[in-house]
Amino acid sequence: MNTANRIYLYNRYERFWHWSQALLVISMLITGFEVHGSFDLFGFEQAVNLHTLSAWTLLTLWAFTIFWQFTTGEWRQYIPTLKKVDAMVRYYAFGIFRHAPNPFHKTADKKHNPLQRLAYLALLSMLSPIIWGSGLLYLFYASWASLGVDGYLSLEAVALVHTAGAFLMLVFFIAHVYLATTGHTPTAHIKTMVTGWEEAD
Amino acid sequence: MRAPQSMMSSRFRYVLPLLAAVSLLAAVSLLAASTAHAANAKLEQIIAPAPHSTADHSKFKELNREFMNGPEVTKACLSCHTEAAKQVQHTKHWTWESTDPKTGKMRGKKNIINNYCTSPVSNENDCMACHAGYGWKDDKFDFKAEQNVDCLVCHDQTGTYRKLPGFAGHPVYKRVEFPHGSGKFVEAVDLKKVAQSIGMPTRSNCGSCHFFGAGGNGAKHGDLDSSLKHPGKYLDVHMDEKGLDFSCTTCHVTSHHEVSGSRYDAAAAVKGPAHIRGKKDESPASCQSCHSNKPHHEAMLNQHTEKLACQTCHIPEYARNQIGTESSWDWSLATQMGPDGKPMAYKDSAGRRSFDSKKGKWEWDSYVIPEYRWYNGYSDYKVIGDKIDPSQTVHINEVGGSANDPDSRIWPVKVHRGKQPYDKVNNYLTVQHTAGEDATALWHNYDWQKAIAAGMKAANLPYSGEYAFVDTAMTWPITHMVAPKGDALSCAQCHSKHGRLQGIEGIYMPARDSNRWLDLIGWTLVVLTLFGVLLHGALRLYASKKKG
Repeated sequence: MNTANRIYLYNRYERFWHWSQALLVISMLITGFEVHGSFDLFGFEQAVNLHTLSAWTLLTLWAFTIFWQFTTGEWRQYIPTLKKVDAMVRYYAFGIFRHAPNPFHKTADKKHNPLQRLAYLALLSMLSPIIWGSGLLYLFYASWASLGVDGYLSLEAVALVHTAGAFLMLVFFIAHVYLATTGHTPTAHIKTMVTGWEEAD
Repeated sequence: MRAPQSMMSSRFRYVLPLLAAVSLLAAVSLLAASTAHAANAKLEQIIAPAPHSTADHSKFKELNREFMNGPEVTKACLSCHTEAAKQVQHTKHWTWESTDPKTGKMRGKKNIINNYCTSPVSNENDCMACHAGYGWKDDKFDFKAEQNVDCLVCHDQTGTYRKLPGFAGHPVYKRVEFPHGSGKFVEAVDLKKVAQSIGMPTRSNCGSCHFFGAGGNGAKHGDLDSSLKHPGKYLDVHMDEKGLDFSCTTCHVTSHHEVSGSRYDAAAAVKGPAHIRGKKDESPASCQSCHSNKPHHEAMLNQHTEKLACQTCHIPEYARNQIGTESSWDWSLATQMGPDGKPMAYKDSAGRRSFDSKKGKWEWDSYVIPEYRWYNGYSDYKVIGDKIDPSQTVHINEVGGSANDPDSRIWPVKVHRGKQPYDKVNNYLTVQHTAGEDATALWHNYDWQKAIAAGMKAANLPYSGEYAFVDTAMTWPITHMVAPKGDALSCAQCHSKHGRLQGIEGIYMPARDSNRWLDLIGWTLVVLTLFGVLLHGALRLYASKKKG
């Protein structure tokens, strides 16, 4: 039950989605960069298998999540807004060091601050198509001829686009993990993502 | 009492007929069994000794006589197989020639100078021990004479028919000391016995020449040596004596004596489904002929057939035994004598020829990891008289192909390196008279000058009188000694920074290749982000400490 300083922000499915997605993204980053040749951990064959398995698992998870987003109306959380974006930027650039109050207050209707909304929308609408588009082409390289696309594509180009996407994803991941520590205590956001309950400061 | 009694009797009423029925059944089945047994025995009598051939040559009166020499046997063969010699005379086994399909140039053993024994020209008496004919001892050999065709070397089933160097392709008709001065003797061949034994060529027939190319077991090819007479599964999954037990001709399907599958014009990129009976098979000696070009369960592995020959993954090493194969032959050290000034010879630790004053120095290798090349089945060969550039390694042959050529695949190859004489003024490789007992033969007189002069004369090629030695290389596509699938290459053996296909250009290989700029920008971005958040975090920490 919500009280004045305690709100239930993330329900059980949402938390399951977040953490399983986190696990899959980490697994794909590790195996993906091994396939890229950055290091040797599982061995090439196993890295490819794990990467492919993670990809299909994540796609399945997304199928459920998209369904969930639309049936619950949660998709509205990603509608972008420029309101208070400048305030957020100023907060992260200056305010946070002076212990100024966070200009954004989470509610069940607005879980993401305006910067977050923009970042997630960019992730969904730009980075995601790049990674999944190039990734699926990469995965189905063997079927290019039967799909009639072999004349327009080269494995090298597809691999480069996919790798570029992976770098951006890694950058997002680092920033995301760091920003998770910027609650009123360093672990506040993370606790919320585990329990679902947000403690107001 | 009456009632029970009648019940008893009614019970026993069934016992007797039942007993009778059972014993009758037993008798009938016993009888049936013995009859069946007799019938089986009769069938076995008919089926068991099923002959391999429809003709038992030991029953032919034409062969039931003594033969003085090989050509006499051939004449007897031709009295029934009237067209056989004409067929053989159209093949490379007879002509030792092959026409370059692009330039029309004549290649083949007769015309090229390789970097093993170099050339048969002027050395026919020895070299023609591996010619499918009798009497080719110089350029006067009659290629039209049908009785000169040697049927027996390919069809002998006794294993006693041997052709020794020095007899121009004849077997020994008289007991002879071999090698000369060794104290070892080779018995005269029993031509009648051999002629009566004949059958389809076995691994031993083909191997009698192809296992011993360059004058030593395994020396030349590396994927062909005497271990293939009785191979196990590890060595060759198809020839495995206890398994599929393929002979050479199972793959090298032969019709009108034309053996399919020559390296001079190879089918390097066979496409499409497996061969179907009745359909014309362009390249029966290829893997794809039976396996198709999509033999794997996984689409991604099948995709590899667009770039790779089957052999690349499935022959992870060649010369997979202690016999090994020669990796180089340095002729420049020939004529060097031992400390006592006399010719010497010694072997390596595995008992393989290592040095001989007659021939120079050899290096051997076993379990060899191949080199890899784009190959489209075409090979450009240097032939006698072709100009060379002695300032760099001379390629005896260069395999054609590239990443952009749809008929090219990445093939495993053996590269045999050598050092051999060339004419310093005319800039071509020389033909040398090596074998023989005459005054100009290198192996008799140890005099390069005389040997080259005699060889060049026989080859009708001007010789300036000045010779030197040049580095040479020869490339042999590897296709035999196919390993069981468990021994095939694993992904990472190529998909890594220092994998087997490191030198292969024109394709993008995950884990081997990357774009330097993308990696630089990508990792810079990652490091900057990491640095940024760490700095931001440190400032937050500092700020909260100050406040606290």
